[in-house]
Amino acid sequence: MSESTNVATTGSRTTQILGFVVLLGLSVVFVLAFVVTEPDAVQQDAVRMFYIHVPAAIVALYLTVPALAVASAMALYKKTRWWDITAAAAAELGVVFCGLTLVTGVIWGRPIWNTWWEWGDVRLLTTLVLFLMLLGYLAYRRSVVDPGTRARRSAVIALVASTNVLLVNRSVIWWQNRTLHQKSSLIEGRLEDMKLFTFALSTLVFAVMFFWMMIHRFRIGWLEHKIETVGVDAAIAERRASAHAGLDEAISHPALEKEGST
Amino acid sequence: MREIWAVAEKDLRIELRSRIVASQVLPFALIVLILFGLALDADKATLRAFTPGLFWITVLFTSILTIQRSVAVEVESEAFESLRLAGTAPWRIFAGKALAVSVQLIAIEVVLAVGVIVLYRSSFEAPGVAAVGALSATVAIASAGSLYGVLAVGNGVRDTILPMLLLPVLAPVLIGATRAFDAGLGTAAVNGWAWAGLLGVVAIIYGTIGAAAYGVVLEDA
Repeated sequence: MSESTNVATTGSRTTQILGFVVLLGLSVVFVLAFVVTEPDAVQQDAVRMFYIHVPAAIVALYLTVPALAVASAMALYKKTRWWDITAAAAAELGVVFCGLTLVTGVIWGRPIWNTWWEWGDVRLLTTLVLFLMLLGYLAYRRSVVDPGTRARRSAVIALVASTNVLLVNRSVIWWQNRTLHQKSSLIEGRLEDMKLFTFALSTLVFAVMFFWMMIHRFRIGWLEHKIETVGVDAAIAERRASAHAGLDEAISHPALEKEGST
Repeated sequence: MREIWAVAEKDLRIELRSRIVASQVLPFALIVLILFGLALDADKATLRAFTPGLFWITVLFTSILTIQRSVAVEVESEAFESLRLAGTAPWRIFAGKALAVSVQLIAIEVVLAVGVIVLYRSSFEAPGVAAVGALSATVAIASAGSLYGVLAVGNGVRDTILPMLLLPVLAPVLIGATRAFDAGLGTAAVNGWAWAGLLGVVAIIYGTIGAAAYGVVLEDA
């Protein structure tokens, strides 16, 4: 008889479909971005990085961080592990997409600004600060053992970090003379036809990818929570069993039995 | 107000008796100033040009030690528990702690200001804007520090996690304070009052968040 394999998984029919959509969507985006679309008149081929950089930034700033803020506020309000695990999942994805934004921005900046990094650019600095805040949040979560304490305290850290999104968003407007960063190409209407379609598709695919990764990361967090709970329950059961065994042994001791008979 | 002052007075009295800030934190700040001088090859023009940045980086490093000390005095004697049992509102405890840290940091900043005048040969050409900027920045540092200091309590890695959490939060303060000092020291043509005003806004935001969240983080301290 084969041994039963009850392996917990983070996959489901929905995530399989989402995963397939993401894989297909990314393939199409890469073909459109690097083969089909024309080079820019000013930026030449460097503009192709735009189709990865901007969607990653949009997902980082307007999906992961708001998700982190809402989940953290709810974790404080509802005091449930569900919201805390959601917040942790959003923060990890925030680090991933924020990191991707910074890396692609640095690669794009070299040919366009003639420098890998520009200290005078406020948007770069505020995005880097947000990235460091999210890393600090994750490091903090790892350092606190008690789940309740971890949930409450990390929620406060997350809410403070989330306010930085306003600075990142407004930086190109508030510090116009201290930024090399361009304003939104979309708002200024500089994207047309295939470029606009590629950008829109890429943003959509990145958004779906966020939800797909979020579901998986949440389920991993939930399984970790279950393991913690099972571990604690098992330890309590073992302690109770050993306590009962000790009690039985004490009762069946010859001296006690003799005393009982008299 | 009386409760806020009582908490602040307690911390300052402990400091006056133990003299940890005076005997350890302040010398550390001066050593950092000297090390910057050595690292920049004691070049007068370079030191003078970078004085605002070097000054505020030293203040940030020093503030980590001051905040750790501020939290340690409560944790070592389980005083947070006593403060809570005394019925003091968490936001008042927060305000008292932040006030005490602010006073200590201002004392350190005064000594550091003398240090940059003597060691870096800098001069305060517009002391008013430098003073207002420094005061706002100090309140912002003390507010964020008092909140994050308690967050770092009781997780076993307090000394290492606090700088990682706090320094990114204080990055806007570093930028604003450096610009305000640029105007104060005449090292760059910037609108120092605008930066001082921005620092005031940051101080109010950090103070409000700290006062609102202190009760939550104090539960587990």
